[in-house]
Parts: sequence; C-alpha cells; structure tokens
Amino acid sequence: MSHHLVVRVVSKLLIPFILLFGLYVQFHGDFGPGGGFQAGVIFAAGFILYALVYGLDNAKRIIPEKYIRAGVALGLLIFAGTGVASLLMGGNYLDYSVLAEEAPKGQHLGIFVVEFGVGLTVASVMIVIFFAFAGRDHQIDEKEE
Amino acid sequence: MEWPGLYNYWIVIFLMMAGLYIVMARANLIKKMVGLSIFQVSVFVFYLTMGKVSGGTAPIVIDGDPVYSNPLPHVLILTAIVVGVATLALGLALIVRIKESYGTIEEDDIEKQETDA
Amino acid sequence: MIAAHLPALQIVLPLLSAPLCVLLVRARLAYALSLIVCWLAFAISIMLLGQVLDGGVISYRLGGWAPPWGIEYRVDLVNAYVLLIVAAIGALVITYAGPSVAREIGGGRETLFYTSYMLCLTGLLGVTITGDAFNIFVFLEISSLSSYILISLGTDRRALTASFRYLIFGTIGATFFLIGVGLIYQATGTLNLADMANRVEPLGASRTVQAAFAFMAVGLAVKAALFPLHSWLPNAYAYAPSVVSAFLAATATKVSIYVLIRTYFSVFGPEFSFEVMTLGPVLMVLSIAAMLIGSMIAIFQDDIKRSFAYSSVAQIGYMVLGIGFATVLGVTGGMLHLFNHALMKGALFLALGCLIWRTGSVSITAMQGLGKRMPWTMAAIVGGGLSLIGVPLTVGFISKWYLLLAAIDSGLWWVAVFILISSLMAIIYVWRLVEVAYLSPSPDGAPSGEAPLVMLIPTWVLVLANFYFGVDTRVSVGVATEAAKYLLGAGS
Repeated sequence: MSHHLVVRVVSKLLIPFILLFGLYVQFHGDFGPGGGFQAGVIFAAGFILYALVYGLDNAKRIIPEKYIRAGVALGLLIFAGTGVASLLMGGNYLDYSVLAEEAPKGQHLGIFVVEFGVGLTVASVMIVIFFAFAGRDHQIDEKEE
Repeated sequence: MEWPGLYNYWIVIFLMMAGLYIVMARANLIKKMVGLSIFQVSVFVFYLTMGKVSGGTAPIVIDGDPVYSNPLPHVLILTAIVVGVATLALGLALIVRIKESYGTIEEDDIEKQETDA
Repeated sequence: MIAAHLPALQIVLPLLSAPLCVLLVRARLAYALSLIVCWLAFAISIMLLGQVLDGGVISYRLGGWAPPWGIEYRVDLVNAYVLLIVAAIGALVITYAGPSVAREIGGGRETLFYTSYMLCLTGLLGVTITGDAFNIFVFLEISSLSSYILISLGTDRRALTASFRYLIFGTIGATFFLIGVGLIYQATGTLNLADMANRVEPLGASRTVQAAFAFMAVGLAVKAALFPLHSWLPNAYAYAPSVVSAFLAATATKVSIYVLIRTYFSVFGPEFSFEVMTLGPVLMVLSIAAMLIGSMIAIFQDDIKRSFAYSSVAQIGYMVLGIGFATVLGVTGGMLHLFNHALMKGALFLALGCLIWRTGSVSITAMQGLGKRMPWTMAAIVGGGLSLIGVPLTVGFISKWYLLLAAIDSGLWWVAVFILISSLMAIIYVWRLVEVAYLSPSPDGAPSGEAPLVMLIPTWVLVLANFYFGVDTRVSVGVATEAAKYLLGAGS
C-alpha cells in the first residue's frame, strides 16, 4: 500500500494520536471509563495500521517479534505478580488494600498496576496475532509493490 | 403481553439459532467460525439486555439515589468477549494450518483426503 | 500463614509458571520449571485434602471480597478429591514429558507445549476449586483453549482437524453453559454456587430455572463427551501427542463430570434434578448406550490409541451411570470410577507413549511380538488393560463392583447385565493386544529396546497404583463415600 500517498500521509498524522489516545484510555481508567482491555486494543490498532501501510517488515523492525512475545508473558506476570505481592504483604490473593499504608491508596496502586499488566498483554497479543497471520505468507507486503 | 413484548429475547434467539445453523450446515471452515462467532455474540447480547433496568442510567456514583443499570453482566461479558476473540483467533490459526497441509478448507474435501489416506 | 493461602496458591503457581515458560525460551529450563511447579501443586492438593478432612469446608476470598459478591474458592470433600486426581496426574505426566515431547513435538515448539500444559492445568484446577459459576466458565475456556493447542501439536495432520472439531464442539458446549449461567443469574441474582443453591430452592420448578438447568446440563455433557455428544473425543485423543492424550484422557473429562455433579447435586439439588427434571432415566439410557457403543467401536479399531479413546467414551458412561442412580452407592461408584479411570487410562496412554517413542506407531501391526521387544512397556499395557476390564485386585474391579451393588440396590438388575456385557467387550479389545504382542512373532528388523526410565517410571507408578488401590481401598472408597454422602445430603 506504500504508493497510496493520501493513505500514507493521513496515517502518519493519525498514528501518534491513536497511540496517545490508547495511553489516555489506559491511565485515565481509574477516573473514567477505560482500562487495560480497551487501551491495549487501541494501542495495538495504531501499530497495526502502521504495519498495514508501511509493510510488515518495517513494523517488525520497530518491535521485533520476540520482544512482543515477551510482552505477552510479562503482562500476565505483572497481573499475577501483583496478587503474589498482596499475598506476601499479608492479605488475600489480589487484595489490593494491603499494598500501601492506607487501604484506598493500596487499592489505587493495585488496580493501576494490574490494568497496566492487562494493557501490556492485550496490546502484545493483538500484535502477535496480527504478525502471525500476516507473516504466514507475504501477501500484505509484496502484492502491491 | 403486548407485541413485541420482550423483543430483545427474540433478537437473541434469532441470532443464536442463525449461528448454530451456520455451524452445522456449512462445510466451509471459515463459515463455521463465522457461525460460531454469531452464536457467541447472541449470548453477549443476552447478558447485556439482562442488565438493563428501564430508565436506569450508567452505574456511576453521583449525588442522590439514581436508578442505575446492573453493571455486573457488562463486566462478565467483557471477559466472555476476550474468550471469544481468543477462540476466533485460535480457530482461524488452525484453519490456516489445515489449509497448508490439506490444501483446502472445505470439510467434504478434507474428509475425502482422510478416508483415502 | 501459607496454610491459609493454599487454595490461591493451587491456582497461582501453575498460572505464574506459564508466562515464565515463555520467558525462559529454552526447552530444558521450561521443563524443569513445569516439573517443580506440578509437583508443588500436587503437594498443595494433598495438604488441601488433609485440611478438609480435618476441618471441613475451606472458603477463600479472592481479593478479600466477601462471598456472594466476590469470587470465592470453596474447597469441600468433593473437589478436594478431584483436585488431588488432577494434580497427581499432572505431576506424573509432566515427569514423563521430557523425552517424549522432545521427540514428538520438538522444533522450537517445546516451550509452547509447556506453556499450554501449565495453562491447561491451571484451567482444570481452577474449574474444580472455584465456587463461582462464571469463574467456572472462564477456567473451563482457559483449559479448553490450551487443550486445543496441545492437541494440534500432534505429528499427524489429522491432529489439526481433530483439534478444530474439538474447538467447535467445545465452544458450543461452553457457550451453552454460559447461557445456563445467565438464566440462573437472572432467576437468582447471584453467581456464587452456594448462595445460588439456597436461592434456587424456593423458586421451585420455574421455567427459567428449568431452562438454565437444561442448558447447563447439555453444555457440560458436550464437555464431558457423554454419548451422543462424544464425537470430538476419539480423534482428539488419537492424534494428540501421547503426553497430551494421557493428560487429557485422565483429567479433562473428569473435571467436566465433576462440574456436572456439582450442578446436579449442589446447585439444583438431587430433588430438582432427579424428580422434577427426571434426569435419572435420561442419564441411564445415555450412559448404557455409551458403554455398549463405545466398547463395540473400540473392538474394531486398528489404531490402538483410537481404540482406547473409544474405550474412554464407554468409561465415561460408567461414571455417568453412577450419577444417574442418584443414591449414595451409585454416586460413590461414579466418583470412584472418576479416580480409577484416571489411573488406568493415564497408565495406558503413557505406555502407548513409550511405544510411540520406540516404534513411532500405535497401529496394531506395530505391536507384533512386543512382549519380547519391550517387555516392561507391554506389561504396563497388560496391567492397565486388566484394570480396564475390571479384574479383581485392580481398581477397575472396585468401581464396577460399587456400580453393580448400586444397580441391584436400586432394583435395576438389567443395568447390572449391561455393565457385565460392556466388561466382556473390554476383554475382547484388551485380549486382541495381548494376542498380537505375545503370541505373534516380531517382524524382521523391528525396533526393540525399552523407552527411557524417565518415561517408564511414571507409567509404572500409575500401573502399580491401579493394583495398590485395587487392594487397599480405604482411602479411595472412604473419600468417595464421604463425598457422595455430602453431595446427597447437601441438597435435601
């Protein structure tokens, strides 16, 4: 798709805002509608748009596949690890209240970290799925060049 | 009961039956996955309509004591949607592999190759 | 302090090890990690059973939220028993997995295997331990999705179509369960199983509750491969890698049957399930059909794995038959067979894995003269086979004995006849193997020599367990009887 000038220019303009919006949804999740699931998908969508327009190889050069795979695992580890942290600090599994001196602060911290884990995993999974399907044969990259 | 009554359930049942029918009647594996997704979506709609309270607002804490819809089904369905996406991705991945090793995604052709082998 | 958190650790340890396996990249490290975690999970399940026997039901509040609002892990005698089965098989099979996985899967996909295996174990343990209906669905799907992956790792390309078929069936089954949970939530306003049980009773036979019951029963029957919804099972078990066949055959359907038992007896109560919904005759007819047809097809299979897979369909019939009696004796028989079948099918599929490791084939012709070429493996197959038939001094005898007692106790002597007929059929499909292995000569140049000890020892542990628990029945029968009493007493 690299010869479509309009698509290239427009997506180049849009992608930073899509990624920014993804981050907004992620980190504003504790005050309004939002959270890791939605943010992860939005963030991944921005990245996938880049891969669609500029080709899979360029996209893989930005984030190599093995790092994204690690991201999938890391997100889940952060989530489950938060639970273990609350276990170690004397609460039940995933009981955020014990994570800080005051219960509300602990809950705030807990949900923030957990949602970050969710967002990381969701974004990585979406990109991995896209890479897996698109990389199977190189139709997306090469057909139109 | 006046027509259309609880029409949301009719929509759910129509989607559910359409999905199940596609899964059973179509031999093309991709179409089967489409049917399966429609079937799952019907259940999502079922849960979502279940949580709606007439005249209820979004369940956000504000002053007063407003009538609000039940948020729990929404949360449950968020999880079920993720499960659905995972199933869809895995199913499609299997179809890609099936296509690579059998050269077709029609169930009849695959069965023919399996019985010949 | 740790003792109080055992229910959470039972799930969290396998769950944490799955992403760690991905990060470790190298197959040997992933194997070592899974090995340690599986044995830890086994130890935890033993301690949990001990705690339940000492102090009654354990309730664990996830995230500190009180039930019925929060998710509760609830361990009573019934699921402590099932947890022990799943964790024990999980530990034995992973010990065995190293060489078998390296040979059958290989090619950089080994870490993926360990990741999926740990996720599958997490799912199965989670389904068993949780006291929350929606949580059951989530864990059910975790275990199912990972088992689709595990099955598709098989070397034969038919593993792919088998896995796809299982995916379609499994998803429909789980979604039916989800519809049932939705309806029951609508009727009772709760997802906590214990709370649900209290609130369902006054509703009586309302149509919503009946519909919920029907959806949940059918969905779980698909997952448990109850005849006639079993058609996904034979190919899935036959073409999966041998480690996976052994693990799934010994655990996955058992867990679904556990959830069936839980829904029939704990949530809806025996009265509703067996008097209002008249489940008894339905289950009995289906399970007898499963026993006869499964055994019949098993006789005519040339692929031994497929033969044993059909035999699994028949064995699931025995378990459901026991439930269908809805008496303490019957449910005891069903619960016992849950445990015993895990032992025998685990042993048999592991032994077949040894065979594949050496000869690369499980067709009946590959077994010619096997009694000389691989004496220990073949002896293990015979041991498991004897237990499958139900010869005295094996576990198979114990559970069939209880089923026969239950049949006669309920005045259904014709059911007892069918149990005997199905056992006779088992003699035929086991004898076939013995005949080929011991009485026909080896073909020239056939590979011989045993599988590595890492594989033989877990196989033999399971074979010997078949005989040990067939003689010393105190633990298995004791726990199963108590569990059955608890189930039938809880609802009435």
